[in-house]
Amino acid sequence: MKHMTRKATRHVSQNEGLIFEKSSPGKAAWKLPPLDVPQVDASALLGSSERRDLGNMPEVSEIEIIRHFTRLSTWNYAIDLGMYPLGSCTMKYNPRVNELVVRLDGLANGHPYQPEAISQGALRIIKTLSDCLVEITGMDAITLQPAAGAHGELTGLLMVRAYHQSKGAPRKKILIPDSAHGTNPATAATVGYAVENLKSNPHGMVDVAALAAQMNEDVAALMLTNPNTLGVFEQEIHKIAEIMHAEGGLLYMDGANMNALVGKVRPGDFGVDVMHLNLHKTFSTPHGGGGPGSGPVAVKQMLEPFLPRPVVLTKPDGTLACDYLRPQSVGRVRAFYGNFGMFVRALAYILANGPDGLRQTTEDAVLNANYIRKGLEGAYDLPYSTPSMHEVVFSDKLQAKKGVKTMDIAKRLIDYGFHPYTTAFPLIVPGALMIEPTESESKEEMDLFIEAMRSIAEEVEENPQTVLEAPHSTRVSRLDETAAARKPVLRWKAGT
Amino acid sequence: MRYLPKSPADRIAMLQAIGARSIDDLFAPIPEEYRLQRDLKVPRQMAESEIVDWFRERSRENGDSYATFLGAGAYYHYRPVIIDSLISRGEFLTAYTPYQAEISQGTLQAIFEFQSMICELTGMEVANASMYDGSTAAAEAVMMAVRLTGRRSVVVARSLHLEYREVLATYAHHQNLPLATSPFSDDGRLNLHELEKSISSDTACVLIQSPNFLGTIEDTSAMAEIAHRKGAMLVVSIAEAVSLGIVEPPRQADIIAMEAQSFGVPLDFGGPYCGVIATREQFVRQMPGRLAGQTTDRNGKRGFVLTLATREQHIRREKATSNICTNQALVALMVNIFMTIYGKVGLKELAKQNLAKTAYAAAQFARHAKILFPGAPRFNEFVVRTSEDPAAINSRLLGHKIVGGLPLRKFYPELGNAALWCCTELTTRSAIDTAVGLVAESERSVRGSREEIDAEEVAR
Repeated sequence: MKHMTRKATRHVSQNEGLIFEKSSPGKAAWKLPPLDVPQVDASALLGSSERRDLGNMPEVSEIEIIRHFTRLSTWNYAIDLGMYPLGSCTMKYNPRVNELVVRLDGLANGHPYQPEAISQGALRIIKTLSDCLVEITGMDAITLQPAAGAHGELTGLLMVRAYHQSKGAPRKKILIPDSAHGTNPATAATVGYAVENLKSNPHGMVDVAALAAQMNEDVAALMLTNPNTLGVFEQEIHKIAEIMHAEGGLLYMDGANMNALVGKVRPGDFGVDVMHLNLHKTFSTPHGGGGPGSGPVAVKQMLEPFLPRPVVLTKPDGTLACDYLRPQSVGRVRAFYGNFGMFVRALAYILANGPDGLRQTTEDAVLNANYIRKGLEGAYDLPYSTPSMHEVVFSDKLQAKKGVKTMDIAKRLIDYGFHPYTTAFPLIVPGALMIEPTESESKEEMDLFIEAMRSIAEEVEENPQTVLEAPHSTRVSRLDETAAARKPVLRWKAGT
Repeated sequence: MRYLPKSPADRIAMLQAIGARSIDDLFAPIPEEYRLQRDLKVPRQMAESEIVDWFRERSRENGDSYATFLGAGAYYHYRPVIIDSLISRGEFLTAYTPYQAEISQGTLQAIFEFQSMICELTGMEVANASMYDGSTAAAEAVMMAVRLTGRRSVVVARSLHLEYREVLATYAHHQNLPLATSPFSDDGRLNLHELEKSISSDTACVLIQSPNFLGTIEDTSAMAEIAHRKGAMLVVSIAEAVSLGIVEPPRQADIIAMEAQSFGVPLDFGGPYCGVIATREQFVRQMPGRLAGQTTDRNGKRGFVLTLATREQHIRREKATSNICTNQALVALMVNIFMTIYGKVGLKELAKQNLAKTAYAAAQFARHAKILFPGAPRFNEFVVRTSEDPAAINSRLLGHKIVGGLPLRKFYPELGNAALWCCTELTTRSAIDTAVGLVAESERSVRGSREEIDAEEVAR
């Protein structure tokens, strides 16, 4: 089966222009009911505020819209088509029952300001999900308000700051390992902290001696991803927590890789003080082409007073209510309650799994990553031999000798019918290939993936040009990103 | 577990291939004392039918089938059926950020069209691929103005949504950006005289909302003129996107921070929604959030990529314009499809229906109670002051399966028994008449008891 793609084959790809290019006056995809109140004269009501022209907004019919977006959709790769092993993104199956329940009338049409008496269903969902996530993380309290992971980081660090402030001073800096996601240092800067880099040791883990040397009373917190971005569990986590706590610092955990831990180990049990989760990663809410996410933040008791307003609580009569009277709160990070639609989906996922399903999910995710690691050993360089959890990081060291880089291998993988892994991250591995299969892949799909990756490694030896010019099977070839950035064309204009 | 695609035999075969004796071997890196030796205390595994039942029950407890007069930053508009048909396609629903452009052209072209239509509607030159929501978009727009002007203080309209102001306060506090609040006048519009006084040589921008939280349409040209004269920027927050169909956009603004929820996004008890920032071309490199741009492939064929990434956190780390990583792609797609459906003519007609329902409702309420802020134009919200506490009237209205206007005591205590009412194309005349009837009854009974008291006093 050498150099054959068993999974993918070419198919018809429809050409499709921009929607503006299909527009002509008089076409319409809408129909309003007759007014049951008197017509009004907009000019009389609005005066100079009246708008007369809507520019080049399109005019098209319903069937054209269906075809337009259906055709566009076929140009996307998706989890529904196959393995999507983007490391650190946890591209798992998005259950369809989640999509059904979130569209139930009372939830989809629930207004955030409707009276509490008729909001008990939504508040019950928030409370139940909160309780489940507190138990899963081993923490004491949680806010669901942040809209995404990076927003959760922001919220978490605001609480860190408020906590230190309550003890006298907010402190000055945040320690961040060199393997961290770019959002970590960007967030620390947003909250007004200086960022201090922490080097990894030869095993890809936090250098505990270096941490001890860098830790002092100016450090507010360490932002740690565990397992880290190499997919490695920080085995000296207890020492790390001790060092932080001895100097009054806090341990922040980026929960991006929580899919390696659910049901097997709880961050709250190994010394974490504050952490965010990504419901769109670990808890199966759809990535949707890049959002919406949801980034709840769980904390230990001493940080509870600082949670964003409001917090849902149970009243003596058993009904639920929002508590706004929280004098030490960091305030609000988003209007209303957060991405409620994602809470519904995440809770449906937890209910579908139960404790046994959640544990099995984690075990399968770790099993899959190790199976791929075994299958690709030898064909690709493994820069760190430390045991892998839910993802594995190879490098392009062997292929680079032929001038082939991680991005080239990624593009060639597209021809074999897969979405590429994460390229060139983490930064501590030059030419990284970061592979996270998740639990959603069958043995058959992973065997195809391993076969594809090994076949590409052979192609690099025999005919690197094939790889360098990939992809060959997509409707567009490699796109000129430099030109796009140099002279940005960011919108359609009439007559272009 | 039905989502997991492996048989017990597969698992054994895989463990053997790896060279592990059991799954526990793979978790050996975790120190034993931390490994959980019990089941998580979460509800037991449920069948799909049980899950559906559980959520149906929650839906019934959540105002299922009530008519509503609530707006205030979250609007109940009709959502055409094909929005969900299209966004439910797995290729949109289950894809991620279009990092690999060759297999993400669907998402990228859709974003490009979204950006283009937002520009058409706002009168701005560039728009980003979306942000978390209107409140965070407003805060990010302010920080953008701070970077662009090199100034640090901010003037915020008191008629900006309270929760938007709270979010901005959270962000600004830690960036050491002083905030000053500018008051509104009797017509609900910002007091231009006060505004002018509040702008100093350190004011980066003035942040206002139009239509504002009280429903009034601001004179944005006058504000832009005042702000620009003093070297500050004008940032306009638009929370009700449907207004753009009939209300002239603030073309003189420097940055527009929108909430596009009204364009086909379900209320969903407050989120996920769709923030957007639009601005002038010259400011694009300080704009936060993702951007799709047009380019060509090796054969000269048109295609789209994410561009200007050097602004972003994965490249710039602590020097990025924002820590934002994702946008709200799927929600932006709903907005995109909605804008395409209504288009150039439909959006105007839709906005006109909102205007008509609101004009009718305001006129009816005015016969029995006081409509605050007359004189200035409004779109689909208005403030009614009653003699009785509006919360009390609302609880009677709930008996008719109608949710009344939002009591404003928490937002503007000085307005007394005022409530913010909102009508959209989905508000029926019969719901309006019922609500007006209850308000009329309330006023009669308050007046009645006052007359009784007066009569008693006369008798004495």
